Formats: sequence, structure tokens, C-alpha cells
Amino acid sequence: MKRLRRTMLFVPGNSPGMIRDAHIYGSDSIMFDLEDSVALGEKDAARHLVYQALKFIDYGNIEKVVRVNPLNTAYGKDDIEAMVCAGVDVIRLPKTETPQDILDTENAITEIEKKTGIEIGSTKMMAAIESALGVVNAYPIAISSKRLVGIALGAEDYTASLKTTRSLDGTELFFARSQIVVAARAAGIDAIDTVFSNLNDMETFEKEIRLIKQLGFDGKSVINPRQIDVVHKIFNPTEKEIEKALRILEAMREAETKGSGVVNLDGKMIDKPVLLRAERMIDMAIASGMYYPDDME
Amino acid sequence: MKNSAMREIPDYLLEKGEFSLYNPLITEGLKKKESLSSAERQKQSRKIISSLEKAVTLSGLRDGMTISFHHHFRDGDYVVNYVIDRLAEMGFKHLRLAASSLTNIHAPLIRHIQNHVIDSIETSGLRGELAEAISKGLMDIPVTFRSHGGRAYAVSSDQLHIDVAFLGAPSCDPFGNANGYSRDTEDTSACGSMGYARVDANYADKVIILTDHIVPYPNIPFGISQYQVDYIVEIPEIGDKNKIMSGATRYTNNPRDLLIAQKAVDVIAASGYFYDGFSLQTGSGGAALATTRFLREKMLARNIKANFALGGITGQIVKLHEEGLIKKLLDVQSFDLDAAESLKNNRFHQQIDANYYADPFSEGSVVNELDVVVLSALEVDTEFNVNVLTGSDGIIRGAIGGHQDTAAGAAFSIVVAPLTRGRNSSILDHVTTLTTPGDTVDVVVTDQGIAVNPLRPEIKERMKKAHIPLSTIEELKEKADKIVGIAEPLPFDDQVVGIVTYRDGSILDVIRKIRSDQ
Repeated sequence: MKRLRRTMLFVPGNSPGMIRDAHIYGSDSIMFDLEDSVALGEKDAARHLVYQALKFIDYGNIEKVVRVNPLNTAYGKDDIEAMVCAGVDVIRLPKTETPQDILDTENAITEIEKKTGIEIGSTKMMAAIESALGVVNAYPIAISSKRLVGIALGAEDYTASLKTTRSLDGTELFFARSQIVVAARAAGIDAIDTVFSNLNDMETFEKEIRLIKQLGFDGKSVINPRQIDVVHKIFNPTEKEIEKALRILEAMREAETKGSGVVNLDGKMIDKPVLLRAERMIDMAIASGMYYPDDME
Repeated sequence: MKNSAMREIPDYLLEKGEFSLYNPLITEGLKKKESLSSAERQKQSRKIISSLEKAVTLSGLRDGMTISFHHHFRDGDYVVNYVIDRLAEMGFKHLRLAASSLTNIHAPLIRHIQNHVIDSIETSGLRGELAEAISKGLMDIPVTFRSHGGRAYAVSSDQLHIDVAFLGAPSCDPFGNANGYSRDTEDTSACGSMGYARVDANYADKVIILTDHIVPYPNIPFGISQYQVDYIVEIPEIGDKNKIMSGATRYTNNPRDLLIAQKAVDVIAASGYFYDGFSLQTGSGGAALATTRFLREKMLARNIKANFALGGITGQIVKLHEEGLIKKLLDVQSFDLDAAESLKNNRFHQQIDANYYADPFSEGSVVNELDVVVLSALEVDTEFNVNVLTGSDGIIRGAIGGHQDTAAGAAFSIVVAPLTRGRNSSILDHVTTLTTPGDTVDVVVTDQGIAVNPLRPEIKERMKKAHIPLSTIEELKEKADKIVGIAEPLPFDDQVVGIVTYRDGSILDVIRKIRSDQ
């Protein structure tokens, strides 16, 4: 089943308490940050802490992502080495602007995998696009490596590079968001939206989630556990949607047993895209604990 | 024979001693009262005594007797310290202090214990410096801890005889009708319910009300009625208004508490006790209190209303009441100002006393009618036993409160706790102090897993059916141990500093002295 990436919880790499409990809140992924949330003086301590956590704590089925420092800093290479050795699922590269950024990181990962006997290619990657150049290059970035599982928008740096500011309705992000979703879909990988940092403005937060869901994003980065359920609620199918999807799939099975090429429901023909959507809906419902196929009720 | 009204009464009616002859001159209380107007009588009320010292003398208090207090003023209470300072000055010794609970503000008692003004203590809980000193062996006689229901039973059954009750009241009229608020004036502090004080007023030999607001007669509604009150003393301040009326009860934003609360509500919803007309209580503590918020959403989604909420009433419960989601409130203790305000203004918000609330042997106590209770815990062990009294350092830092009572009375009891606190696990092989027996605890909800007591297999089935992931309590312990390791045993001495009683007064456990070099 496809892995859900509705929520990626940001956890500062220098906060032991948060690192220890990061998995209890039910986000689909956890992103331990070694980059912007860690002061220069604490870079190695954070790296050590996250390394130990990944080795020691059982995070269950949650995807473990680490945002490393870029390779052109003094910390990038050591970050990648430590995290690959610790068995991280995904290395997230910040401030990606060109496919070359991805290739350089990929080479660094491959080198360590080779050295340590970890299966080549098993460490996945994710790229954060945070500048005008990155947005323009979204598609070439998205297809630059087989390791890539998704691309994400980093809005703060991006709006700065556009010489504008963040607005509540996200007008300035509209192009970047669309570009990133289209690039991700064209490349067959996930698209993750940027963080929303005002914890007390749940109303705007919910609006933004509805917007990005409608645009086609797979999920959103979150900075506080309180945001997780809000995102999931909006991304999860409703009971009505699940019911309808189940009826469509049932109609499809019926058509198959009859050997009929045409699927009918309530006298209407069901198109292929509708069938696909219904299948995705049920996958999503199962993955999010909304539907249990084994229930005999 | 003729009575004093000069009517002829046949002798045979008097033979058995069943009747006596009417004679107002020898029968106390029958003489016509003075012809003073009601206003004048209020002014001259013989119950109002000019000083606490005089009231104490009138009460007949002697060395070695038992005095009692309530804890409705929480950390804002001035009454306990004020009264005991005066008693010390008056030279009293060897008193037994029976408070419904004691808090951080009562640290000055340490001096009075050292000077033998106070020889022994009965309470629901202890906190702060006093608790620490007692844990380290301050007292020769161990403190007796009772639950709120256990205390009510002990007092009403005379296991715990109160000689003189000193009851602080935000309002009182000249004849003793006292309450935790006043409908006559907005000036008073408002602690809301006087539920614990009412027990003492009912059963103490002498009752002295201490108030900073004497209000016009009759002060209705009253929490304590005039016929139970012997003396009234006006003092400058019964407490720190801000701390008595602690705004809203802790409204947690701690994501872990919220997570636990959410899980607890999922458990309630699946338990079989979440039906239209159910009843609930939430204990103190961030996560337990936060369940109200999530419960509201669930109630709206399923179109369920509660018949009543019991407690420990909070502003959040009041909100649900005012929204029509909880029909009635039974209030032994108002946790915050919103609850106190509601008691004053809402018709179906009823003040109850601790016997009514939780007395295990009364003809009716509400805890026995309760469907669901959500309680906090410091520690839980693999037998589901709970500790709410001592910390992981062996120092007393809590209160039994209504924990035992509601766990035993409610049809379904949930205990919530974070799996780990700092470097300590909340799930142990044996709790440091046993305060609530495990067979009365149905489910333990932590941030990292839920365990159903094997004594409730039907609950386990319902949880499974609702796809609520379960662990065994042993699995939870293992999980915690893996994260924080197993703690060294605490360095206890043999000396017993506290006796933990169960609801009936039997000894459940003892608290031993912690070595003070720790």
C-alpha cells in the first residue's frame, strides 16, 4: 500500500524531549531537523542526538526523515554519513535549486551505503524547494534521482526570494504550489506543502489545508503536534465518500464477474478515472484507520 | 393536674413519662422572643463574636481535641494558618488537625508541629514544604490520609470526631447561613460549593464560621445552615481572593496531555457507557480535565447528552451545561471561578456535601450513580493499582481526593497518565504508595498505549471492536522501561509518616520516611 504523507512533523534535532516523543502524535512522517532550528554551536550535538534516537527509539511505522545541512556547509557531509548509518528512511535536502544539488547529495549517500554495506538506494530522498530558481527547476529536480520520494515547498525563503511577503490566503505561493504539484505528479512522486506557523489561528490553517488538498498536495509539514489531527481530518475521506467508493468498487467487481467491460452504478456508467479515484479513496481510508476491510458487519 | 396555662390535664397521660406539662418558664426555648425587630436582632446577633479567641473559649476547646478545616480556598486559604496561629498564642497543645485537605500555603504549620500545638493530622493530601517535612519525619504520629468519601464517612460515623470546626466562608449572615458566594453582593470572594465544609458543619460539636463578609439575613441559597452554626467571627480576610478564584482551571495546551485526553475520549466512546443520558466526572490534572473538550465534539457528533456531571466542577463542564449538553451539575467543589459563578446563577447546578458525593456507606452517594470517571495518576502498577500521593522521590505531593471513591463507584473508570515523566516511568511493578486498588480501575490510558484491566474482558472486546489499539499493562511497562530504564529503589526508613486509608477507614498502605540525605 502506498505510504501516506499527510503530515510531516518538524522536530528540532537539539530537543531530546521532543525527539523522544515525536512518534506518539500519529503524524505520517517525522522530520528531525539538523538545519535551521539548530544553532551553529550545537550542530554536532544535534547530529549525535538524532543519530542515537534513530538507533535506539522504536518509531514504529512512521517514516523517519532528517533534514540535513546542505553539502556546501561544514556539516552537510557528516550529517548525511551519520543519518545513513543510523538507518534513516529519508534524507531531506534543504534549499534545493538544481538537479545537481540532488545528484551531489545522492552521491554522498551512495558512497556511505557502499562503505557500510547498506543496500544501495535504500535511503530515500526528499527535496525542499525554497527559491525562485528551485521552483523554476521543479520538474528537472523531481526526476533527478530514483531516490526521490517527494518534493516540498519551503515558503519562507521562497517568498523572500520573490521579494514579497507571506499573506494569509497565500496568493504569492499560488504559482509555486501549482508548479510543485504538477512537477511531482509528472515525476510520480509526492508533493508536500510548507509549514503554517501561527498555532493560534486554526481557522486560517484549516483554510490553507483545504486549499492545498484541492491543489493536489499529498500533505503538509507541521510544526506542532496540535496541527496533526486538523490536517488528517481534512485529508481523510469522509464516511460518505468511503461509502460511495465502496459501492463503485462493488459495481466494478460485479461487472468483472459478469464479464462485462462496462461498469454501471445507479444506471450511470462509471469512467476509468472515477474507478481509480475510488480505489485511491479506499486505500486512503484503510491507511488512515477510517475503514477496516476485515470488519464483518 | 393543671399546666401553667391553667388547663386541667388528666394524670394518666403523664404516668409513662411520654408527655410533660407545658411550662415555658422551665422549658428552654419556649419563652416568647424579645420584641426586637428583625433588623435589630441581626445587629445584635449573639452568634457574632468579637474575636476568634472569645469564640474559641466559648466553644470549649481544650488541649488534645480535634479541630477541622475545609480546603475550598485552595492555595488562597488564610483560615488554617490564621486560626492555628491564634490557638498557639492562646497556649493550646496536642491538637489533632483534621482538614479536608492541605496545600502549599500551609507550610507555617511546620512550626506549630515542632512546638506541639499540632500533634497529628488528618487530610486528603499534602503538598509543598509541609509535605516534604512530614515525608522526612517531622511528626511523631503518622498523618492519616482519607479520600473525600472516606472522610465524610469517618466524620459521620464518629470514627473521626470533630470537636470544633473552623469553617471559612465567603459569605455568612448574622445567624450563620454561610456559603461559598453570595447573591446579595459581588464583593465577596467566591469559592463556589462548600461541599466538604458542610460535612464538618453537620457533625462537629461546635461550629465557628470565619468570614470577611457578613451579609443580610437570610443568606440564601446557603451551603451551611444557621442551625448548625454556633459562632461567627469576622476577620479581615479569609484568603487571597485571586488564588481562591483561580480564573479558569489549567487549560492545557501541552500536546501530550491533549493526546491522552483524545485517547481517553475514544475509549469512553467505545466503552458502552457513552449513551444519551450518561453521567461523567473528570478528575483534576491537565489531561483528565482536557477530556471535556474532546468529549464535547464526540457528544455533538453522536447527538448524545449527559444527564449529569459530578465533581469537581470546572468552567469547561459548565460550558457544556450551558450549551445544553449536560443537563445537571452536582458540585461538591467548584474548581474555578466559572464553576463558582455557575453555581450562583444556574438553576440546575446543585451544591452537594461530601457524604452525598462519595460516602461509601450512606443511603445514597452520587459516585455510585456515575457512568464514567476520568482520573489522573502519578503511578500505576501492573496490577492497575494507582498512586496519587507520593512522587517518584518518595515525597508526599498529592491528594487522594475523590480518586478511590469515584474509581469504585463509577461503572467505568479510566486512569490517564503520561507513560513517562522526565526520567521516570509511570507504569511500575509496584506503585510507591497504594492509594486506589487496581480492581477498581478499568482502563489505563497513556500517550503511548492503552491497557484494559483483565477483570473487564467485555470492555476489552468493545475496544477491539472499535479498533482501538490495546496493549497489556506489562507491555506498557516494558515500553517505558526501554525508554527511561528502571529506577533504583527509594531509600525509605522504617518510620511510618503516613497511613493511607481506604474508603471504609481500613489501612490500605503506609508511607515511610524518606531518608533526608536524599
